[in-house]
Amino acid sequence: MSQPEPSRPAGKNGSDASKDSPSAVRKFLLSRGNSAVADRSFQYLMSLCAFSIFGIVVLIFVELIGRSQMAWNEFHFRFFYKTFVDTTTHTVQFWDPVNSHFSALPFIYGTLVSSFLALALAVPLAIGVAVFLTEMCPGLLRGPLAFLTELLAAIPSIVYGLWAMYVLVPLLREHVNPFLVASLGWTGLFNDDNPTGLGFVAAAIILAIMILPIISSLTREVMTAVPHSQREAVLALGATRWEMIRMGVLRNARIGIVGAIILGLGRALGETMAVTMVIGNSPEIHRSLLSNGSSMAAVIANEFAEATSDMHRSALIEIGLALFIVTVIVNAMARLLVWAVTRGAPADAH
Amino acid sequence: MRTGYKLRTRFRALADHTATAVAVLSTLLVVTPLVVIFGYLIFRGFSSLNLAFFTKVPVPVGETGGGMANAIVGSAVLLGLASVIGVPLGIGGGIYLAEFGRGTKMAYAIRFTADVLNGVPSIVMGLAAFSLVVLPQGHFSAVAGGVALGIMMVPTICRTTEEMLLMVPHAVREAALGLGVPNWRSVLSITVKTASPGIITGCMLAFARVAGETAPLLFTALGNQFWSTNLNEPIAALPLQIYVYALSPYDDWHRLAWAGALVLIVLIVFAVSLVRYVTSRGVLKGTS
Repeated sequence: MSQPEPSRPAGKNGSDASKDSPSAVRKFLLSRGNSAVADRSFQYLMSLCAFSIFGIVVLIFVELIGRSQMAWNEFHFRFFYKTFVDTTTHTVQFWDPVNSHFSALPFIYGTLVSSFLALALAVPLAIGVAVFLTEMCPGLLRGPLAFLTELLAAIPSIVYGLWAMYVLVPLLREHVNPFLVASLGWTGLFNDDNPTGLGFVAAAIILAIMILPIISSLTREVMTAVPHSQREAVLALGATRWEMIRMGVLRNARIGIVGAIILGLGRALGETMAVTMVIGNSPEIHRSLLSNGSSMAAVIANEFAEATSDMHRSALIEIGLALFIVTVIVNAMARLLVWAVTRGAPADAH
Repeated sequence: MRTGYKLRTRFRALADHTATAVAVLSTLLVVTPLVVIFGYLIFRGFSSLNLAFFTKVPVPVGETGGGMANAIVGSAVLLGLASVIGVPLGIGGGIYLAEFGRGTKMAYAIRFTADVLNGVPSIVMGLAAFSLVVLPQGHFSAVAGGVALGIMMVPTICRTTEEMLLMVPHAVREAALGLGVPNWRSVLSITVKTASPGIITGCMLAFARVAGETAPLLFTALGNQFWSTNLNEPIAALPLQIYVYALSPYDDWHRLAWAGALVLIVLIVFAVSLVRYVTSRGVLKGTS
């Protein structure tokens, strides 16, 4: 408690008690009075509500561990890296629920590729936007732009997915993918073997659009927390505005910016609906970024309701457990980094 | 403050101008597509929206027309169930953080856990609700969907409630305590009541967020093509219906999906503007 507990008069007799030391009568009344019991139980009740948040985390963890036991007992850590070779066709397979072949490898690959590609697209732009909004933007524009950012961060992922399916994917199919194949095909990363327009590139672009508002608004928050005196000191030494931003602001805020980026990564790793709708959903690993793939969240969304066997379900829950543990670690790291910068600093430092 | 310095070399001036140009350009590059997306969604939604959308249930494949009335009601039922779990726990947690735990290590731990829980993918919440409710029950149900959404609401409401309570000036609390009001009464009738517009809008925002969640409902509420308000049966939900229709090959169903998306967006715009209104020029400001 930061504020001193004000002494409470106990009933009508409270005013008679001496100021320095509460009389025995008052102590007695306080301890047996209605408010003492009510206050204490109220506080316990509220603490219980707060502790329920710990409870939820533990509950999720325990449930997922319990329900994925079957797959864990069968595969152990091999679940995350093994491959199968089909006996008749001699092709490499990862995920074949009908023949009880379960390996999370293609989903881990898909999640990592789409998320990091999205980060590569989103981070430079997000930092540019944050710099513009905090250091250069005329005050008139700042409000509407901040509002727009907030709004876009709140739009449901199903809506982004709908847009991506009917606008982004045709656009990629008709114009962008042929261009990528023609200009960057020699790298081997862009192969012309997928005529649908779905795939990692589509997933990464929609993910980038979805995490941009999150990264840029957090970066802005962190940059705003840098004290004004830092800027003034650099400017007083004769720096230009860019030098002031680089030396005075970005350098001081860099830990927090890394935190914001990691938070965006956490969001991208767990994003389900939009990715499911555009990634193509095939459990394969290809070098080409234009080919179909799948991600950890996408495979759960796609197959869980119609899981063919208990082992299939258990394997999907194990993927979910892995996703849970990874996102908890990523988010915890990001929060610690952002807090390290913003803690103590006044939110409206300038 | 920024005008008093002199440019000493051409290079530094150039770097400064380049950086400004890059920042402005990236803002444009980000804002333009986002505005285009937003405009397109609103355009497509409005051109597909009609009265039947709100009054009719889905029709079988091949027939035109139909609406999402059952999905809208289903979403409302799910939100109602979710708020039974999410609102009391969230507000209670927020009261603890702001009134009792202020500055303690425990409060930091809870705040931290809430923030981390906020970042856990919604599909994981769905898995948890599946193994908590669906497996023991043996069938998909509205209750399971409500549990999944309710769990997701707790951390959001908890944090916004705390923020709103922290905006209430100390003088208000002290005045109540000075008049001999017991602490619990002062918290509930004075502090929470003062902050109630903010707390209510915080709940609204949490509603709007989970109203658009699809992933946790895929294998809890499951969706339903028919009219149902039975809590023990699979129930339709707006985002689920959008998902099913978006993946379908029929133009008429795509049209309904766009209309559904518009409804979700309007809900979000309403909630976000309400929060901004309350926190910025606010009902709370008059009290300080």
